[in-house]
Amino acid sequence: MAKTTRRLFLTAAGTLAAPGLVRAQGTQPIRIGEINSYTTLPAFTIPYRNGWQLRVEQINAAGGLLGRPLEVIWRDDAGRPQDAVRLAGELLDSERVDLIAGTFFSHIGLAVSDFALQRRRLFVAAEPLTDALVWEKGNRYTFRLRPSTYMQAAMLVEEAAKLPARRWVTVAPNYEYGQSAVKWFKQLLSARRPDVEFVAEQWPALGRIDAGATVTALAQARPDAIYNVTFGADLTNFVRQGNTRGLFERRTVVSLLTGEPEYLDPLGDETPEGWIVTGYPWDQVNTPEHTAFRDAYRRRFNDYPRLGSVVGYDTITAIAEAIKRAGALETERLVEAMRGLPFTSPFGRCVFRAIDHQSTLGAFVGKTALRGGRGTMVEWRYADGANYLPPDDEVRRMRPQTT
Amino acid sequence: MSSHAPILEARGLVKRFGGVIAVDHVSLVVHAGEMLALIGPNGAGKSTCFNLLNGQLRPDAGEILLEGRSLAGLPPRAIWRLGVGRTFQITATFASMTVRENVQVALLSHHRRVWRFWRAARETFVAEADGLIAQVGMREQADRPCGVLAYGDLKRVELAIALANDPKLLLMDEPTAGMAPAERLGLMELTRHLVRERGVACLFTEHDMDVVFGHADRILVMNRGRLIAEGNAAAVRANPAVREVYLGSGATSGGH
Amino acid sequence: MDFLLVQFLTGLANASALFLIASGLTVIFGVTRVVNFAHGSFYMLGAYLAWTIVRALWDWGGREPWLFVLGLLLAALAVGAIGALVEILLLRRIYRAPELFQLLATFGAVLIVQDITLALWGPEDLPLPRPRWLRAFIEVAGERFPLYDLILIFVGPVVLGLLWLLFQRTRFGILVRAATQDREMVAALGVDQRALFTGVFFLGSALAGLGGAIVLPSQNANLQMDLAIIAEAFVVVVVGGMGSVPGAFLASLLIAEVQAFGIVLVPKATLVLVFLVMAAVLMVRPYGLLGRPQAHARAPTGSVAPVIRAAPFVLKVVGASALALAAAAPLYAGPYGLTVLIELVVFVLFAASLHLLMGPGGVVSFGHAAYFGLGAYGAALGVRFLAVPMEVGLVLAPLLAGLFGVVFGWFVVRLSGVYLAMLTLAFAQIVWAAAFQWVELTGGDNGILGVWPSPWARDKALFLWLALALCIGATVLLRRAIYAPFGYGLRAARDSELRAEAVGLNAAQLRLVAFVIAAASAGIAGGVYAYAKGSVFPTYISIPKSVDALLMVLLGGVQTVSGPIVGAVAFHGLFLTLLQWVEWWRAALGLAIVALVLAFPEGVAGFVQRRWEARFGAAS
Repeated sequence: MAKTTRRLFLTAAGTLAAPGLVRAQGTQPIRIGEINSYTTLPAFTIPYRNGWQLRVEQINAAGGLLGRPLEVIWRDDAGRPQDAVRLAGELLDSERVDLIAGTFFSHIGLAVSDFALQRRRLFVAAEPLTDALVWEKGNRYTFRLRPSTYMQAAMLVEEAAKLPARRWVTVAPNYEYGQSAVKWFKQLLSARRPDVEFVAEQWPALGRIDAGATVTALAQARPDAIYNVTFGADLTNFVRQGNTRGLFERRTVVSLLTGEPEYLDPLGDETPEGWIVTGYPWDQVNTPEHTAFRDAYRRRFNDYPRLGSVVGYDTITAIAEAIKRAGALETERLVEAMRGLPFTSPFGRCVFRAIDHQSTLGAFVGKTALRGGRGTMVEWRYADGANYLPPDDEVRRMRPQTT
Repeated sequence: MSSHAPILEARGLVKRFGGVIAVDHVSLVVHAGEMLALIGPNGAGKSTCFNLLNGQLRPDAGEILLEGRSLAGLPPRAIWRLGVGRTFQITATFASMTVRENVQVALLSHHRRVWRFWRAARETFVAEADGLIAQVGMREQADRPCGVLAYGDLKRVELAIALANDPKLLLMDEPTAGMAPAERLGLMELTRHLVRERGVACLFTEHDMDVVFGHADRILVMNRGRLIAEGNAAAVRANPAVREVYLGSGATSGGH
Repeated sequence: MDFLLVQFLTGLANASALFLIASGLTVIFGVTRVVNFAHGSFYMLGAYLAWTIVRALWDWGGREPWLFVLGLLLAALAVGAIGALVEILLLRRIYRAPELFQLLATFGAVLIVQDITLALWGPEDLPLPRPRWLRAFIEVAGERFPLYDLILIFVGPVVLGLLWLLFQRTRFGILVRAATQDREMVAALGVDQRALFTGVFFLGSALAGLGGAIVLPSQNANLQMDLAIIAEAFVVVVVGGMGSVPGAFLASLLIAEVQAFGIVLVPKATLVLVFLVMAAVLMVRPYGLLGRPQAHARAPTGSVAPVIRAAPFVLKVVGASALALAAAAPLYAGPYGLTVLIELVVFVLFAASLHLLMGPGGVVSFGHAAYFGLGAYGAALGVRFLAVPMEVGLVLAPLLAGLFGVVFGWFVVRLSGVYLAMLTLAFAQIVWAAAFQWVELTGGDNGILGVWPSPWARDKALFLWLALALCIGATVLLRRAIYAPFGYGLRAARDSELRAEAVGLNAAQLRLVAFVIAAASAGIAGGVYAYAKGSVFPTYISIPKSVDALLMVLLGGVQTVSGPIVGAVAFHGLFLTLLQWVEWWRAALGLAIVALVLAFPEGVAGFVQRRWEARFGAAS
């Protein structure tokens, strides 16, 4: 059958093997439809897939949910919203999944979210960061797990406000994520520190940064501090040129997401020291929840977890908790269960806020450091997402209240 | 011969390319029903002169009149609208279309029916197209694509296309170039017949002297951008200046 | 002033890598006339191979500079060999196919290389560790400037010099130059074209590989490199003049400096700047800075196109049956089946509209997605700002697309061949950048949501019938136009512009009208698509979307009127199936494209037509 084909390829790829077993038991499984950019962003989505897969296996090993096994039917959206929307329809109509989950890119998350509203089905957005997903374009059927652009920017502002720096420059990829990240940072920092000024900004095209020229242009503005939003290949280029050209010397850099292993690891021995970042110090978080997760992940995949792994893991955790709480698979009951749903992440206790469907999953804020030729985070603390969201009346103003 | 009013009249045409004067004060007249040949050795300025007349090039000085109406500055497509049909030295037809469709396109353009989007083109002007195709002796090949025709046949198709706007003037640039000798005479016979029958004025350039002397009513000889002789075959043949140009330089063109 | 100097030097350093890639592309195009989409893949392979080879050499002999250089050269040679292999195994078999058809094959290669690279090197970005000497810098006017960038500045001119020597002093080089100017002549002189083409592919690919290798100290080897560079490489080649190596050199300097200073002057215009430069250059110099009109500018679809005949009766029956089957789909297909069918119907019109340009028009557009996207945005903007109902949105769609068709087409129809194609690409990128960055109007990359049909059409079956009526209706009209006098005039202008003008046809005007009709038709497709999806995004205008349209038309066959219909159904069906069921769907799709190209060099519909006529004779 169709799914078998998919699994055949998976097995060949050595990434998935076990969930096929659940079918043999003869119980109708609970089905989650999952969509993500597996071929477009494999570096992020494959650890993510490992994460949800681990959680599915754990839940099934413990007897499943409502006496039924859990099954995830997943699809690659090829990085295109139009394909994601079609596949969401396919999962609902042909595969008869009970809800939709996943997505990485903001625009794909928004497309699927709008589709979920149209079809009145639950959508648990895992990774997309855009604030619009729960605020301007928020809807009754969409819930988002990962801390949003606003939340992560707010975490950094808290640290940035303590710095003596007054002249700031920004560098961010030229699309909605970069623009929001800069907008919130400027707004929140200016509110706390009326004396700061933003003296230059650079907007490299995503994936095509002209790093040498960007670094020189930023240095030209003689800033005290730099706010960086670039990531991935752009970040490596930027860091290497910045290191060689001395951009970061005697300057503080505040950098979004850079402490996540997905982005920190490729910097290798060129990881700049002392950047204030949000991220995930996977090797140092030794809470019981996280240690258990890390050990299980390592056993299963012979690799260390990335942030995406936690997001994938928590996505399934949250869905499972919602199903348990609802005691049914009917969408409206699932939605009611998701509102205010508590769940336990490897990061700690979190809740899906009823007011805007944003989870309070947080991030780690700390400084980058170089240890044994690798980048890592030091002086970090866990920033609980609940503390980095705007006041409720502001949220109500931003979010359509009809639903 | 000058009893009819001239169809085409050129006065004092000049064309320079950089410092070179390619056409130097050339004047000529073509009458209805007349076959006028323009000859000269390579580089004499025939082709440039021709391209001035058909609108491909703009003269630096001089006048071109078609039935008294100036053609100066008009693009080729406007000159066609005024009743000038052309054939090219290297044939130019629509290779993806059949012979009939080639002629149909010319007819559609002539009747200003190109901007139609609904009715099938192949059903338009069929009889008229077939009439022209028959006149050039291509009836058997009417349904063959031009892309696969023999060169001589393409020349005939061009003639049919050139006749589609019921022209007053035919401009033929080396009409028999690249053809087998037997075909050449056939085509020129056909052309002369059509010219007489329809009362068309025909100006042609040609390298093949048999063709020229056998079919032209009148001959103009160019050398170095200027007209050096004019007259019928016998007069031109006897003209010392022409003999000097063709024989003195040792460069005879077109066979003998 | 110091700042300007450093910025200028940075631009020069960037120009070198750009020149290496572009010079390879331009040499390949000049000799073989292949528009090689896989060139970016060779660049990416160069980076990955250099990462592997240099690290192996360093492990063996220490992190020495000379081992680094050796590693880069070995990587370049390896990529050259891969390029030659692709030429021998794939392209050599399809040179006789219509020009641009090779583009299909190279696009298949792009997809295959993407998955092979992922399988061999894994998903994560691969940084080359920089030893101390790669991190060194010098002081220029008081500013630090990386030593490696300084060396890069000289790499471009040195390679230019070496290529010059190659082209002046060696038999191979002289043949390359001769073939660039007049390929038929070189063939007539009895030169072994096969060896020449393979050699050219080796050279061009090695240059691309070297380009990928030399950027490794400043950027990771990553899986997005191929598509990130290819558009820019084409811009450089076109601005320089296709086939001209010195032109590519000048253009790479120009583009790199425009970028280096552009980000200072207009930091937000990074996406669109190079395409604006290209559009401006092509408007002033239609053959690029140092390019020349191609010696024999053939119609881009081949010199002798087959005659377009009225559809035989059987085909009409097949078409009518397919239509009836589609209209009856709500009786037997589930909701997902209807969704897929609606998409197929939309893409049939999208492909048919491009086919009007490419087939009868001889106008190859690399940017047809612009009009699809403008249609979609026309509808979505109507919803967003005017809250218009679907009925009005579906009128706005072709209007907006057609309007831009008039403006862009006016410039486009004055060019020809690949230059024309690249100008359409430039316009499409400008539209894409506007959709992507003009957040206040378009919502940026987050797009416009809530573009849902009017209540009566929300039922899937009714929407399918609406889509069939609009899209298939428009496709039928396009077909009629091809058979009508207008279509004949258009083909006449394509077959021989000289002859067309000599029989009173205005070739530029015919092409412009065709362009506007094609744009408006693509706009209808885009509008229907927007309502089918409920949302609109810049991805609708992106290069891959334009490539999809090209693939559909080429796969179906440019020279048959049914080609785009067959191509759209075949390509989109293949894509949907593989995406849904195969994890390595890109490699599978690439292989399928390559197999189809080799099996049907005149397209699927072209193949069927030929076999049909061979058996039953031409219908007349």
